[in-house]
Amino acid sequence: MAEGWRHSERAFPWRRSLWIAALLTPALLVMVLFVLWPLLSAFRFAFYEFNGLRPSGFIGLENFRQVLFEKPYSDWTWNAFKHNVIAFLALMLFENGTAFLIAFALLKALPGHRIHQVIVFLPVVLSAVIVGFLWKLFLHPLFGLVNQLLGLVGIGAIPWLGNENTALGSILFANIWHWLGFPTLVLLAGMQRISKDVLEAARLDGAGDYALMTKIVWPLIAPSVTIVTILTFIGSFNWFEIPYVMAGLTGSPGGSTDVLGLYFYRTAFGSTTTGIQDFGQGSALAVLMFVFVAGVTAIALRYLRRREIEQ
Amino acid sequence: MRDRGETIRNGAIQLLLAVNAVIMIYPLFVMVASSFKTNAEIFSSPLSLPTHFSTANLEKVWTETNFVRYLANSVGITAASVALILLFSTLAGYAIARYRFRLSSLVLMFFLSGMTVPLKLAIIPLFIQLDTLGLVDSYLGLVLVYVAMGIPSAVFIMTGFLRTLPRELEESARMDGASELRIMWSIMLPLARPALVIVAIQNAVPIWNDFFFPLVLITSDNLKTLPQGLTVFVGEFTTDWGVLFTGLTLAALPITLLYIVLSKQFISGITQGAVK
Repeated sequence: MAEGWRHSERAFPWRRSLWIAALLTPALLVMVLFVLWPLLSAFRFAFYEFNGLRPSGFIGLENFRQVLFEKPYSDWTWNAFKHNVIAFLALMLFENGTAFLIAFALLKALPGHRIHQVIVFLPVVLSAVIVGFLWKLFLHPLFGLVNQLLGLVGIGAIPWLGNENTALGSILFANIWHWLGFPTLVLLAGMQRISKDVLEAARLDGAGDYALMTKIVWPLIAPSVTIVTILTFIGSFNWFEIPYVMAGLTGSPGGSTDVLGLYFYRTAFGSTTTGIQDFGQGSALAVLMFVFVAGVTAIALRYLRRREIEQ
Repeated sequence: MRDRGETIRNGAIQLLLAVNAVIMIYPLFVMVASSFKTNAEIFSSPLSLPTHFSTANLEKVWTETNFVRYLANSVGITAASVALILLFSTLAGYAIARYRFRLSSLVLMFFLSGMTVPLKLAIIPLFIQLDTLGLVDSYLGLVLVYVAMGIPSAVFIMTGFLRTLPRELEESARMDGASELRIMWSIMLPLARPALVIVAIQNAVPIWNDFFFPLVLITSDNLKTLPQGLTVFVGEFTTDWGVLFTGLTLAALPITLLYIVLSKQFISGITQGAVK
């Protein structure tokens, strides 16, 4: 295609090249300096021993061996990993499950459905720090809103965040409250793309709401389900803010809310209790997390895409 | 018969939605209401409305804490980051979308691959990099990280949008002898406003709310952002719940107001990418 370039530029092609290069340079420079270079270094650093902020010697796979197999590091790694897996499963079931039901309810477009979309999405725009502190206050055993409300129906004070059995569930609840609007509106958008004719035809064939939901809507929103699943997975394994705010840097009580994000941060930047920081081990953890998330995502995408086609 | 069944079903659906709306809104309502109460009132009757609207908490937050400073820092850092993201990604997107040159698809691929990189996991080398440049504990260091994080998807959106603009406009301007810079600035960019709004919101919300990067990169109290400042603030006023609720309310206020005015743009900006 002819560019309609002016004569002067035609005569001086370098002026055109210079102009294009000038347009691209700022963005490329930032990307190379603050994305590409750090990313390549992240992989390199995992194989080095560190002396403070500087790598001091190549040690092969030693950092990986320590975080995966040497106690106490390996215990911390696997304990945190387990909680990330639990978080993913719980969010899939409770957050995305609720989101699916609400999206299906909103699909009916009954009066008030627009304002409901705005309401359910409101917490999504708030900082996780605000949401975390808010629910930390609400979950206070004596003065918190939750136990006050439960007290009205005669349920005694439960130390939500202080008990190892309820702490992780409690911060997951806060996380669900925070993010529910996101999968809801993504799934709703998927449902709204289903053609009206298909839904009408099913109705005329006598399909009830339940049959409509399971036999028509669910299979036809497979692409949206894929995206929500992948984003939930990535989010669960990068989880940091809400556990940090609600349960502290060490995942209290007793490590029952520790997740990889917290453990990584403690390892890399030191915690108040240990005070030591180890960039080598931290880099190894970061590489493992990156490879795990990218690998599982790639495999899951293949599987989920195939499922979309079959359905 | 069928109609009656329909009415009952719709009633059940409305009930479900009403319960959900209460769960989403009531906690925020309690947060705001508690900010007008005294500490004693919050502890003795947490569920009741404030008996009189006391602004004592507000005065305390305003005068005894660094809250205003945190707020100003967040506004400045978010505004600077979004402005640079818009500028850099528009320039790059314009080059890729409107000119044919040999490396254009490679350059686009490079930007797109940046979308898959979780920059949080590269925080250690990023920290070392910024330390070498003397940018740890500075506005500029934080802004550059946000710009780097925002550019890939911004370039993707701008390139896609700028490609859809008709060629005729630009060509007739060239015939009239307008310079390339003038064509871009006065003719093409005004048409790109809808895409610029999406990119701005998509980046402003996560930057405004971010906690991780300030936590690692900022240590001086005077440079802290609002979410980071809240953690300082909560540490200082652990038992003064009236002040805590006021701080949370004030921190949530700016973005909530913007969201109420621009809810449609917020929703499409944030779900952009997941909704095709």
